[in-house]
Amino acid sequence: MTKIGLEIHCQLTKLNSKLFCSCKADYREFEPNTNICPICMGLPGSLPRLNQKAVEKATTIALALSCQVPEKIAFFRKNYFYPDLPKNFQITQLNVYGPTSIGEKGMVNVEDKEIRIRRIQLEEDPGRLIYEGTSEKTQITLVDYNRAGTPLVEIVTEPDFDNPKQVRIFLNILSDLLENLGVSEPTLEGAMRADGNVSIENGPKVEIKNIGSFHDLEKALHFEITRQESLSSRDIPIAQETRHWDDRRKVTVSARTKEEEMDYRYFPEGDIPWIKIADARIQKLKEDMPESISSKKQRYVTQFDIPPQVADVLSSDKFYSDLFEKSHDEKNAKDIANLITTDLMGLVDTREKREQSKLKPNHLQDLVSAIQASRITRTSAKTALQEMVKSGKSLEEIIKDLDLGKSDEGELEKIVDEVISQETKAVEEAKANPQTINYLVGKVMQKTKGKADPIITLELFKKKLS
Amino acid sequence: MKIKQSLLEYIDNVKNGSFTCEEFVLETLEQIEKHEEILHSYISINNKAIEDAKNIDKKIKSGEAGSFYGAPISIKDNICIKNSKTTCASRILEDFVAPYDATVITRLKNQDALFIGKNNLDEFAMGLTTEFSSFGPSRNPWNSEYVPGGSSGGSAVAVSALECLASLGSDTGGSVRNPASFCSVVGYKPSYGLISRYGLISYANSIEQIGPLTRTVKDTAFLLNTIAGLDENDNTTIDNHNDDYLAEIDHGIEGKKIGIIKQMMGEGTSKEVVDATNEAISKLEKQGAQIQDINLETVDYSVAAYYTITATEAGSNLARYDNLRYGYDFPLEGYEFNSYISKARKKFGPEVTRRMILGGFVPSAGYAGRYFLKAMKVKNKLTREVNEAFKKVDLLISPTVPVQPFKIGEKIEDPIALFLVDFNTVTANLTGKPAISVPFKVTNGLPIGIQLMAEHNEDKFLLQAAYSLEKDTKLPEVPL
Repeated sequence: MTKIGLEIHCQLTKLNSKLFCSCKADYREFEPNTNICPICMGLPGSLPRLNQKAVEKATTIALALSCQVPEKIAFFRKNYFYPDLPKNFQITQLNVYGPTSIGEKGMVNVEDKEIRIRRIQLEEDPGRLIYEGTSEKTQITLVDYNRAGTPLVEIVTEPDFDNPKQVRIFLNILSDLLENLGVSEPTLEGAMRADGNVSIENGPKVEIKNIGSFHDLEKALHFEITRQESLSSRDIPIAQETRHWDDRRKVTVSARTKEEEMDYRYFPEGDIPWIKIADARIQKLKEDMPESISSKKQRYVTQFDIPPQVADVLSSDKFYSDLFEKSHDEKNAKDIANLITTDLMGLVDTREKREQSKLKPNHLQDLVSAIQASRITRTSAKTALQEMVKSGKSLEEIIKDLDLGKSDEGELEKIVDEVISQETKAVEEAKANPQTINYLVGKVMQKTKGKADPIITLELFKKKLS
Repeated sequence: MKIKQSLLEYIDNVKNGSFTCEEFVLETLEQIEKHEEILHSYISINNKAIEDAKNIDKKIKSGEAGSFYGAPISIKDNICIKNSKTTCASRILEDFVAPYDATVITRLKNQDALFIGKNNLDEFAMGLTTEFSSFGPSRNPWNSEYVPGGSSGGSAVAVSALECLASLGSDTGGSVRNPASFCSVVGYKPSYGLISRYGLISYANSIEQIGPLTRTVKDTAFLLNTIAGLDENDNTTIDNHNDDYLAEIDHGIEGKKIGIIKQMMGEGTSKEVVDATNEAISKLEKQGAQIQDINLETVDYSVAAYYTITATEAGSNLARYDNLRYGYDFPLEGYEFNSYISKARKKFGPEVTRRMILGGFVPSAGYAGRYFLKAMKVKNKLTREVNEAFKKVDLLISPTVPVQPFKIGEKIEDPIALFLVDFNTVTANLTGKPAISVPFKVTNGLPIGIQLMAEHNEDKFLLQAAYSLEKDTKLPEVPL
């Protein structure tokens, strides 16, 4: 039986500052080596100043993943030399001397499967190495310390996954959950990374590192399972080792250094006293936690009679559900939900588009009222929505500017007559086979640029052709 | 000579116009000039000291001067002062200019202290004679053939030889108290967390503290009023409720219980030192203290535990000196990372190298249980024992160092013999308790200090007791 476990790293990008200093947690907009200070550069004499908010956010993640939160939280030093590590040790956590990391023994449901969370720990991200050329053949390595000290949460699962598809579903659930908690933006480049480990029936555990994206992770897992099965079928022993994902060749390759043999000489970080999180504080964190995705979904279905598939899409995406929450009332909820999940989705499907979107909740409210009052057609509504996202103009302005007001029946009748006189062949066909009448309706829609009400148009044709 | 006075006397004199800050600083600089070649207590001198003094004199005139009135203070060269070199007496930081002030420096600057120079030390504060400085040893002003103690040797020499009014050192296992005892000045290691370590270059961060070296106990109390207390830049600092350490310093010790640490009065302690300690005990007894013996069994293992823990932390704390981000001129090109740093790190001196090797070994997989974790157990057991002792007594007394100063070169080749010099001082560091060395006697021309130790965050009481011990003690002048 195949067993897969994961090690996920997620930056707490929603925090203002790094884990131990006041430099920005979101380093992405800075010129190299400008988001740094004596603390995150590990200058002689500097000391870590623990960001209490990071402890709280990480604890919130632990609670959301049903983890046990320890009585005392402690930090440890992981000692190794690497150019991206300013102090040549990383401040992280360890449960070897009892549970002192942010959380342990949690659980996530992936369809019908329970995936156990072994532990969650809070640690500092190192800087970034930039190679000229490939990492194997580089002559020059550049270091950017802007990222050094960014709060990072490591989530380690038990090897509970049976196949890469479960992994993909789990990562989607986790990513949605982290976004919904307001602790991270998993779609930011490098904000969420995952390594995996794979073993097949009775085989040793093989770790795969250096995986760039979730998509690559799935590919790497597939590759690794096939590789191990193929070795096993030929009775070749599988080595217990760490392998790296080669993005170019799409294969895993044995790591040159045996990382499992590294001795990190862990010992307690004396510069950060042990922290006791009071029960009252944990209670407060639980109370302050945003409504979970599953609870939202349930509520959307029961309260507003929104179809489960629509509720699913709406609740799992924080951007959509925030928009929905801010715009809906008892009367328009279903229509707003539909507008978001059918018409809006294609318009704001990437991070960039979302950031640039000028759409406000009241836009959606106005649009739905206009549709409900038959002031605008669905087709025109879609055009208006596009314009709202682009320019942020009000519905009234857009209707005026783009002439989206619904055609009145007198005008419509003229156009219907016009089409009947022009499309003689289609008219004959429609008379013989009423199902082809839609072609004629389409012609009217074309001529009116979508302003015609399709139902009224259809009725008009039926009347005139009968 | 103006310079022959205490910090508090200086402040009175400058305040009432007996002399100016500039006059005092000039005389201090002359003194340094005169003795530096032999004593070598400084690594660098503030070349703007006279300018600084003039500026402070202006403030004094206009009534705006802070409570230090430009008193020249020297700083051990492992504490950062913005825009000045902070070398740790190491070739690897020879050119390092600190881009920020340590918290203690900020607080002293705000009170118009004047930083006269940076003091010599054993490289990265690892040593107890100042012989391990990469820039040459300091010498004891009582006899220049003798060591001044260490690692804050330069600080103790400067205070003793009238080259400054007071100094800040750091104490990891006795590094303030030991040289204070050897040079006949007051040396104080506060409760762990009382003084911010922000800007102190770490050697063994879980046990070390910045500590003052002064001519009188009152001067230490005065300094403490400015530098002690919570600091948001050091998460390990403790709330001292803005204690005024000077206010009731003459409170006396009548009715207080004092325990003599048996293990620190036996074999290995010289007769002269035992005699001096007994005298000190009688002096306190005469002032109404009750004396009893205290047995701290685990003290016998404290030095071993101390060196295991400090080596582990040092190995990690000094790992950052890979010469990539700062350091000395040594081009990177053509090296693979690991070979570059091992070459760059060859600049560490012999003692630092020795402790790094030890620090790589004692916490390593397969050995941590036998060494590092066992040392941590000793630390915990010792702390429990000392806590128990403080249920019986208010104060613990012992010699600061088991022996008097020895000659330069005498013990440097024998690390184990040297380690044992720390025997009486490491307990305060391992347990986080405050301890002070008070100059008490000069026998055969060489000083002897007495150590007092109190319960955690009882620093105010400790200073009261130290003042009781210091009061009316007549000591000879330093034979410069």
